[in-house]
Amino acid sequence: MSIAIDKSEWKDVWTLAEFNHGKMHGVSFELLAWGRDLADDRGCKLCSVVLTDEIGDAELNQLFAHGADMIYVVTHPALKNFITEMNAKVVRKLVEDLKPEVFLAAATTTGRTVMPYVAIQTRAGLTADCTGLAIDPETGELHQTRPAIGGNIMATIKTPDARPQMATVRPKSKKPLTADESRSGDVVRVEMPEEFFVTKMTMDTFIANDLNEIPVEEADIVVSGGAGVGNLGNFALLEDLADVLGGTVGVSRVPVDQGWRPYIKQVGMSGKTIAPKLYIACGISGTVHHIVGMQTSETIVAINTDPEAKIFQVADLGVVGDLTKLLPKLTAKIKEEKERMAL
Amino acid sequence: MRIIVPIKQVPETTNVKMDPETGTMLRSGLASIINPLDLNSLEAALQLKEQMQQRQQNQQNKDDDHEVIAISMGPKNAHYALKEAIAMGCDRAFLLSDRKFSGADTWATAYVLTQAIKKIGDFDLIVCGERASDGDTGQVGPGIAAFLGLPLATYVSRAQMIAEDVVQIERLVEDGTEILRTPTPAVLTVLKEAGYPRFPTLKQKLAAEEVEIPTWGPDELEADAEKIGLKGSPTRVVKIDKPQVGRKAELVAGRDKADQDNAVQRVVDFLKERNLL
Repeated sequence: MSIAIDKSEWKDVWTLAEFNHGKMHGVSFELLAWGRDLADDRGCKLCSVVLTDEIGDAELNQLFAHGADMIYVVTHPALKNFITEMNAKVVRKLVEDLKPEVFLAAATTTGRTVMPYVAIQTRAGLTADCTGLAIDPETGELHQTRPAIGGNIMATIKTPDARPQMATVRPKSKKPLTADESRSGDVVRVEMPEEFFVTKMTMDTFIANDLNEIPVEEADIVVSGGAGVGNLGNFALLEDLADVLGGTVGVSRVPVDQGWRPYIKQVGMSGKTIAPKLYIACGISGTVHHIVGMQTSETIVAINTDPEAKIFQVADLGVVGDLTKLLPKLTAKIKEEKERMAL
Repeated sequence: MRIIVPIKQVPETTNVKMDPETGTMLRSGLASIINPLDLNSLEAALQLKEQMQQRQQNQQNKDDDHEVIAISMGPKNAHYALKEAIAMGCDRAFLLSDRKFSGADTWATAYVLTQAIKKIGDFDLIVCGERASDGDTGQVGPGIAAFLGLPLATYVSRAQMIAEDVVQIERLVEDGTEILRTPTPAVLTVLKEAGYPRFPTLKQKLAAEEVEIPTWGPDELEADAEKIGLKGSPTRVVKIDKPQVGRKAELVAGRDKADQDNAVQRVVDFLKERNLL
C-alpha cells in the first residue's frame, strides 16, 4: 500500500472489552483468549480497552484473570450509551497515541460499528467476522480467516503495510481462558477532551429485550427451523419441543425472509453465531451460510426429509423423516421421560 | 431532501456452486442481483422521501425538491442494478466504474463511494444496506460515515423524519432496541426490517430503460490514485480454502410410521446418553 509507516512503532495486542449496563459481556473474555495466543507469539503485552460510564476494580480484575496484562480505561458519564461518533473518537485517539500492532473487537453491533469507523480514519486494515487468527511465523503478520461468499469459502486476509491490523471476531468462536485470580496488571485511566463527548446523535430511549425470552445466542438448548418447516403454523411444533427441553427456538435464513420469525432469532453468517450444548436442526438443509453459525454446538441433532442434506455432515445424530410427524412424537416422549426422571 | 443510496451488484450466492478442486466460485451461469439488503435500503430511502413529500403537502409548503440517488461501484454491467433502482423509484443513478477501481477492499471501496457522494454535493441522508451478501463485511457503510465524519447508526430497523432535518432511528442491538435521533446529514445502515422492497411495475421498468446512467471514473471523482483499487487497499488475500465441515451423523430412518417411533426412541436415548435431558 502507498502509506509508508514505521511498523516498529506499533506494539502490543489490544482487545476492545464490552462493558455496559454494569455488566462485562462474556465476549470480552473470548477476545482475551484469542489475544493471549497472539501476544505470546509476538512476545508483547495483551491490553484490554474499556469505554464506559463507570467500572469498579472487581470487573477490571476479571479482565486480568482472563488473560489481560494491562487495561486502558476511559470513563465518562456520556459513555453509558454507545454513540458511534463518540466511541469512535475515543478509540481513534487511543490508537493514534498508543499505536497497537493488533486490535481485536467482537463482531457485535458495537464492534462492527466502531471498528470500521476507526479503521477508515486511521488508514488501518480491518477484517470482519473472523473465525480464525494466527501470527504468521515468518513475517510476524496477523493472518485473519473468515467465511465469505455466503460461507462457501474461507478467506485468509493479512494487512502487510498498514497498522494497526484490526479484526472483528465472531462471538462464541473461542472459549475464554480459565480465570486465574492471581493474575494482575496495570490499569491506565486515560483522559479524553471533553468535546469528544458532545455528539449530534443522541439516545432517546433504550427498550430492553424481554428477559423471559432467552436470546438464541445464550440458550443452552436451541431448536432451530429452516425452510423445511414449511409454514408459520408449524413453528408451534418447534416451540413445544423447545419448551419441554427448556430451550429456545432459532431459525435459518429462509424463515426470516418469509417473515415467520424475526431477524434476532437468525442463526448463521448474517445472523448469530451460537454454541449451545444441544442444537436440534429441523428442516434445515445446511447451507454453509447456516453451518458457520452453529457448527461449534456441543451436540447437533438434525431432522430432514432429504438423506443427502448437508446438515447431516455436521450432525452427531440425524433422523431422515418429516418433522411434522416426528416432532410431536419426540416432544411427547421427552415429556414422558422427564416426568419419569422427576419421580 | 436528498438521500443517496450506495448499492452493490452481487452474484446470487444462496445456491452457489463451488469448484471442489480449487475452492473457487463457479461464476458461469450465476445470476447477478442487487444485494438483497440494498433493496431494503432503497425502500427505506424511498419511504423517507415520500414521508417528506407528504409532510410538506400537509403544511402546504412550496414543494422542495426531493430525490433519491442510487450509486454503485462495480463493473460496467452493474448499471443493470442501477436501472432496477430507478425502476423502484430512484430519481437518478451514477455508476462508478473503472479498471483502476478493481481489487478494492472495504477501505478503498468506501473511499470511491465517498468521492462520488462529495461530487453529488449536499445531501440529507446516506442509507446503506447493513452488509452485502457476497463480501459480508458490513464495513463500507460505516466507512462512508467515517470519511465524511458524520453521525452513524448501524443495524437500523426503522427510520423516520421527525422534523425537516431530524431523523429518528430504531437500532436493533443484542440486548434490546435503541431509539436514537440525529440531525441530518447522517449515515444509516439498515436491516431487512427497515422496509419491505416494492416491486417495480412493467411501466416503471420500461421507463428506467430510457434513463441515462452516467459513469464516473477516477478523473471525474478526483480520486487519489494511491487510495483506489488494490493499490489503495490496506488488506490482501493470503489464500482461499474450502470450509471444513466434519462430524458424521449416525443416520436413523424415520419416514415410515413404524420407523418414526424407533427414530424418536433413538433420539431420546441419545440425549440421555449425553445428559441432555
